Amino acid sequence: MQDDRERLAADRARWEKTTLAKSLERLPERRSEFTTISGVQTQRLYEPGADEVAAYQREIGFPGEYPFTRGVHPTMYRGRLWTMRLFAGFGAAEETNERFKYLLSHGESGLSVAFDMPTLYGLDTDDPQALGEFGKCGVAVSSLADMEILFDGIRLDEVTTSMTINGPAAIIWAMYLVTAEKQGIPFGELGGTLQNDILKEYTAQKEFLFPPEPALKLVIDTIEFGSRHLPKWNTVSISGYHIREAGSTAAQELAFTLADGIAYVQASLDCGLALDDFAPRLSFFFNAHSDFFEEIAKYRAARRLWAKIMRERFGAKDPSSWMLRFHTQTAGCSLTAQQPENNVVRVALQALAAVLGGTQSLHTNSMDEALALPSASAVRVALRTQQIIANESGVTNTVDPLGGSYFVEALTDELERQAREYIERIDRLGGMVAAIGVNYPQQEIAEASFRYQQEVESGERIVVGVNGFTTDEPVQVPLLRMDPEGERRQLARLAEVRRRRDRAQAERCLRALSKAAAAGENVMPYLLDAVRAYCTLGEMTQALREVYGSYMEVPVL
Amino acid sequence: MVERGKIRVLLAKPGLDGHDRGVKVLARALRDAGMEVIYTGLRQTPEMVVESALQEDADVIGLSILSGAHMDLVPRVMELVRQKQLTDIVVLVGGIIPDEDMRALQEMGVAATFGPGSSTADIANFIRARLAGQPA
Repeated sequence: MQDDRERLAADRARWEKTTLAKSLERLPERRSEFTTISGVQTQRLYEPGADEVAAYQREIGFPGEYPFTRGVHPTMYRGRLWTMRLFAGFGAAEETNERFKYLLSHGESGLSVAFDMPTLYGLDTDDPQALGEFGKCGVAVSSLADMEILFDGIRLDEVTTSMTINGPAAIIWAMYLVTAEKQGIPFGELGGTLQNDILKEYTAQKEFLFPPEPALKLVIDTIEFGSRHLPKWNTVSISGYHIREAGSTAAQELAFTLADGIAYVQASLDCGLALDDFAPRLSFFFNAHSDFFEEIAKYRAARRLWAKIMRERFGAKDPSSWMLRFHTQTAGCSLTAQQPENNVVRVALQALAAVLGGTQSLHTNSMDEALALPSASAVRVALRTQQIIANESGVTNTVDPLGGSYFVEALTDELERQAREYIERIDRLGGMVAAIGVNYPQQEIAEASFRYQQEVESGERIVVGVNGFTTDEPVQVPLLRMDPEGERRQLARLAEVRRRRDRAQAERCLRALSKAAAAGENVMPYLLDAVRAYCTLGEMTQALREVYGSYMEVPVL
Repeated sequence: MVERGKIRVLLAKPGLDGHDRGVKVLARALRDAGMEVIYTGLRQTPEMVVESALQEDADVIGLSILSGAHMDLVPRVMELVRQKQLTDIVVLVGGIIPDEDMRALQEMGVAATFGPGSSTADIANFIRARLAGQPA
C-alpha cells in the first residue's frame, strides 16, 4: 500500500515536470483558477485516493445500503425508472384538470400541482389582497368544490400527487383527502407528497403565514397524522430547490435543506413521536442547476450525509429512516428569456445530472418559462426530454455510472465537508429556527446571489445569449394566454359554495378548529371536518391565524 | 439646475409574489453605484408603495413583479402616482413581462421595463441618464 502511494506520487511529480510543464509552456490554461458555479475549486486532475478500497467501503458502499452514496435502491433505474412528474397548474380547476389529463395521456407518471399565489397565502380568490394574482402562478383552490373539479376523472388511488403548498399545506391536504374520500378511496391507499416545508419559506420562497413556532407545530400535526393514517404518503418534502433559486450555492442548498430536516426531526421527537415511525416518510426536493458534476456530487453527498445524521445523530434503527429519497426540478433561475430555444439544451443537461445523481422523480422546465407560463407544446418537449434520457441514452442501464470517477468522488467529499461546516454553524446558533431568527441563512443566500450576479456582469461567467453569443433577433415563442372566463367561473363557484352550505355547521367547524389549535391538539381531524362542511381556505386560515398570529419579515439585503 | 444629493430609489415588491432575489441584488448594486435605496420588502399594496415613495421623497420607484400580476398592479400604481401629483417620479418595472405588456405599461407612463438577464449596471445608467434629463 505504502509503496503504491509513493510510486503514484513520484509518477505524478514526474508528469508535472515533463509532459505537463511542456504543455503549459506552449499553451497556458485559459484561467489561473477553475471553479464550479458555486465557487468550489476544481483541480486540473483527480486520481485514486491513498486508501481507495477502505474509503470505498466506508464512504461509498453498495447501492441500497448505508450510507447510500450510490443510490437508495440496489438496482436503481434497472428496476424502475424515476417518476416523470411535471409541475402544472394555472387558471381555474377546470383548465388545470385538462392539463393534467393532457400530461397523463403523454406518458407522465405522476401529478404535481402548482397553486396560485392567493392559494399559497391561504387567501380565497375573492379576497381583496388577491388582486391580479388569480390563476397566474398556478391553479386557484378556495374550497373542496375546486379540489373535486381539479381531480375530476382521475382516480386518486391510481396516481401519486405532489402538492407544492406550504403555509396552508395542512388545509389543502385535508381538501385532497376529502376528495379521495368522496371517490371512495381510503386514506391508507393514497400515495403522494405534500411539500409542507415551512422553514425554507422564511429563508427562500417567502410564502409564510404564521410565525415559525406555530407553523412548525402545524407541520408536526401533519407528520403525526400521516404516520398514523397514510403510510404511503410523504408528509414533508424538505426543499433545497427554492433556496438555490434564491441564489444560494450548491453547498448552501445542501446544508440548509438538511438543517431544515434536522429541525423537523427534532421537533417531532420533542412532541413525542417515535423516530422510525415518521422518518421514513420524510422526503427531499433539490434543484438541478447548470454545473453538471457539482450537482451530481451534491445528490450523492446529500444521501450520505443524511444517512449519517439519521443513524449517528438521531440513532434511527430502521434503514428506511436513513434513506434520503428526493425529487428534482431543473433550475428555473438558469433559464434565459434571450434565445429561449437554448433552454431546451440547459434543461436536458440538468435533467441528466439529476438522473446520474439518482433522483426518484423529476420535473423538467419548459423553454418558455423565463417569458410566461409554459404552453402545452413547450411542456411536451420538457417531458420528452426525460423520456429521451430514460429510453435512448442508456444511462439507466447501470447503477450510479459516475461512482468511482476520481473527480465526482472528490467533489462529493468536498460538498459533504462544506455542508457539514454550515450545519455545525447552525447547530451552534441553536438550530434552524434560531438561525432564521438571526437571519443567518438569509444573509448567506443574499451574499451568494449578489456574488454570482457580479460574476455575470463582469463577464467572468458567461451565460450564453445573455452576456455572450448574443443576437438581436426578436424572440418568437408562442405564449400561453389565460382564459379570462376562468376567474369569473371561479368567483361564481365560490359564491355558490358559501350560499349552499349549511352555514351553522361551517361556523361550528371553524370554531372547533380555533379551539383545537389553541389547545395544542392535532388540528388535522378538525380541518377534515371543516373541509367536509365546505369551509373555504381563507376561513380556515383565518381560524388558525386568530390563534397563531401572523409573520412578516424584516428584509435582509 | 438645483444641486441635490444622492438619487433616491424606492424598490418595492407589490402583490403576493415572494421572488425577491432580483430586487435584493438590484438594491445592493444601486447602493454600490452611489444611490440611496429604500427597499420596502414583500407584499406591498399599490397604496403602500406610493405612500412610501411620497414619504421617502423618492426620485425613482422600482417595482419588481414575477407573478404575472403586473397588468393589475402597475396601472393602479400609475393612477396613484398621478393622483398624488408625483409626475416627475421615474417608474421602472422589473420581472417577467411579455413584450406586448411592456408596450402597454410604457404607454401608461412607465419609463422602462427590465426583463430577465438585465444588468444592474444598465439599470443604474438608465436611472442617471433619465434623471439628468437625457434620453436614456
